[in-house]
Amino acid sequence: MSFVNTLVNGHEGGLKQDGMTPMQKIALRFVVLGVLYYGLAAIEGMMMRVVEITPVPAIDETHFFSIMTVHPMVGIFGSTYMIVFGAFLFLVPFLMKKPIFSLKLANASWMLIGGGTFIMWLAGFLFAYAPLYTLYWPLPADFAQFPIVGGLFYVVGVALIMVGTFIYSYNVFKTIMYTPDGWEKQPSTALFNDAIGFTGLANFFRRKKTEHIVDLPVAAIARGTIDVGLNAVVITAAGVLLLIYMFGTLFGVGMEKTWVDALLYKNIFWWGLDLIADGLVLIFVAGTWYILAMMITGKDLFMKHVARAALFVEMVVSWTVWSHHLMSDQGQSNVLKVLSGEMVTALELVTQGLAVYITLVTLAKARPLKMTNELKFLLGGLLGFMLAVPAGIIQADLGMNRVLHNTQWIIGSHVHVAILVGLTMTLYAAIYLLLPILTNGAKLYSQKLATAHFWLHLIGGIGMGSAMGMAGIDGMLRRSIYVDGEYNTYMIFAGVFGLMLLLAFAAFLFNVVMTVGVKGLIGIYSPAKMNTNECVPAQQEA
Amino acid sequence: MADSIDVLATLKLVYGIYALIAIVLIGWFGYRVTKPKDHAGGPKPALFYTFVAVLVIAGTGLHFLTYAAVPWVPIDLNRADIKADQVFDITFENHEMSFATLPMRVRCGEHVVFNATSTDLTYGFGIFRTDHTMVAQMQVVPQSRNDLMWKFEKNGTYYVRSTEYSGPKGAKMIAEDAIVVTGCDVDDVRAAATGGQ
Repeated sequence: MSFVNTLVNGHEGGLKQDGMTPMQKIALRFVVLGVLYYGLAAIEGMMMRVVEITPVPAIDETHFFSIMTVHPMVGIFGSTYMIVFGAFLFLVPFLMKKPIFSLKLANASWMLIGGGTFIMWLAGFLFAYAPLYTLYWPLPADFAQFPIVGGLFYVVGVALIMVGTFIYSYNVFKTIMYTPDGWEKQPSTALFNDAIGFTGLANFFRRKKTEHIVDLPVAAIARGTIDVGLNAVVITAAGVLLLIYMFGTLFGVGMEKTWVDALLYKNIFWWGLDLIADGLVLIFVAGTWYILAMMITGKDLFMKHVARAALFVEMVVSWTVWSHHLMSDQGQSNVLKVLSGEMVTALELVTQGLAVYITLVTLAKARPLKMTNELKFLLGGLLGFMLAVPAGIIQADLGMNRVLHNTQWIIGSHVHVAILVGLTMTLYAAIYLLLPILTNGAKLYSQKLATAHFWLHLIGGIGMGSAMGMAGIDGMLRRSIYVDGEYNTYMIFAGVFGLMLLLAFAAFLFNVVMTVGVKGLIGIYSPAKMNTNECVPAQQEA
Repeated sequence: MADSIDVLATLKLVYGIYALIAIVLIGWFGYRVTKPKDHAGGPKPALFYTFVAVLVIAGTGLHFLTYAAVPWVPIDLNRADIKADQVFDITFENHEMSFATLPMRVRCGEHVVFNATSTDLTYGFGIFRTDHTMVAQMQVVPQSRNDLMWKFEKNGTYYVRSTEYSGPKGAKMIAEDAIVVTGCDVDDVRAAATGGQ
């Protein structure tokens, strides 16, 4: 078969559109858009890497910080949320063997999150709106620095993302709790209680234990989704606050910035942001490891009751750790710094360590396993968190934070290793595993490209994070710009490793396009011919 | 007495060794998981409880260790009970830092307080050596108390830089030779005396 033919039609027939269910198509719509947004975030990251090595006339300071503002938003919401939500909207009904509550709502979610991300991105690209994702008060309302129209684009974009997020959360919980047509009445309250962990908590104090009626992976998805919803509430509230200031300024109403207490705002906003960083990411990742381990081995999870309890603890921990972001704020109370910032945060080492242990033992008990793409990416994901979580615990210490806060250590050794190696490799493992299920058996175009993808991504991710982290230890700030080559050695290394990440993505994207074909990719966005609420066609399920 | 260079060098070494162990461990596991089992069953419960104990000790022990070994932690936590020998006021406004005295001349071994006030945005107050390594930093939040107590144990000249993003102009908020420390027995070789001395 010629190259062009494969490119257009896919490998060995590519994606067979006719046999796909609406749910398969919706999941792929999420994933494809999420992967493309990952590519955008990777390109943005490389643009910043280049500027950190040598000044680029085309990217001035304003442009640089606009990129820095949208880069994490595109990465988290446009890419991670999309891929995770697509996978989970498919997996919840798939694992529960019941139809999704609403296909229409699932479609609305990807459109709103995808569209919202693009509008939010335009705020930076067109209007240089650059208060960074942290939005420290009153910077996002500083209209002497940033145009109001940029802020409006930003808020509208984020608002659409949040609406899509609320709809996703609603759809997930309704799918768990509702009774499909023709089914026996489902115990909605009991399902809800078990999904979020109340049943397990009550069991802890009961002599006679109640049987779990929601499988562990679905419980993990539900608990992460609680944090998704709470986070959306906080971000939406911040958006409303900004809108009030924008319209007040537009209509000439004197809006004093001091009406909002900057430190209180920072506490509330970080409480919400941490529901992503220290909540849903860790919970979803642990849940995904468990799903992957069970699907790869075909065996039940080792110590699943401990895993279930750890997920509940992780959810509660995520509500109480925000203060580790305020350890360099002298106005923050020492009690909060020590209890929330240091001690509760230390529990994340325990919960995430347990997740690593349980996953590894589940895999080890099923030896010998074939080193498939999903297995090797899963191991990469585990390694990512084994490196990034201790780095986070270190910086959440009063002594270390004084010399690490806002340095490249935070964003390199902790954040980028967690996201690029830990989270993204876990997501890639899920994509490689789900690809044949979602495409009714499409064959991967090239195993060599998949192997190159793995090594380039693993080495690139760890290498870039390490170079940034070492620069941070030597004093390089994360939200600044250096024009005199102060950290050039580290930044050149970070750039080379960043390029490896970009090449890894190119190899993956090319492999996927050649697997399903351009026609197949475009066809994902056309209506499904099958009229069913089931996840996969009946013959595949059989 | 340990300063930030010692603490960060230890971090580089310890974390570097830990990272290598983690990478080798996962590599070894990846190799072993493809081979047949040499014994039936899973790990003994003792391994699990030991692992959990190690996680708890490592997670919380770090904080006890730094309280004992890093000099600025007890100063931070007991800040209210320590009387400052010198106080330096700094005002942040319109992406500029205004110092009540410049350079700020610090006597070795005394408790000094850098008292920063922001009238508009959130900034950062960072003290850096001439080789750009960090001595210490704090956030400078409007409407909030921002006072960092510090004790210098080495002679040197340090520059101050805003460590928090406050807009594109914030990256240029640097005051060279802002702090001059004298009277110590030891010189900070990374903070060579320049114009401020």
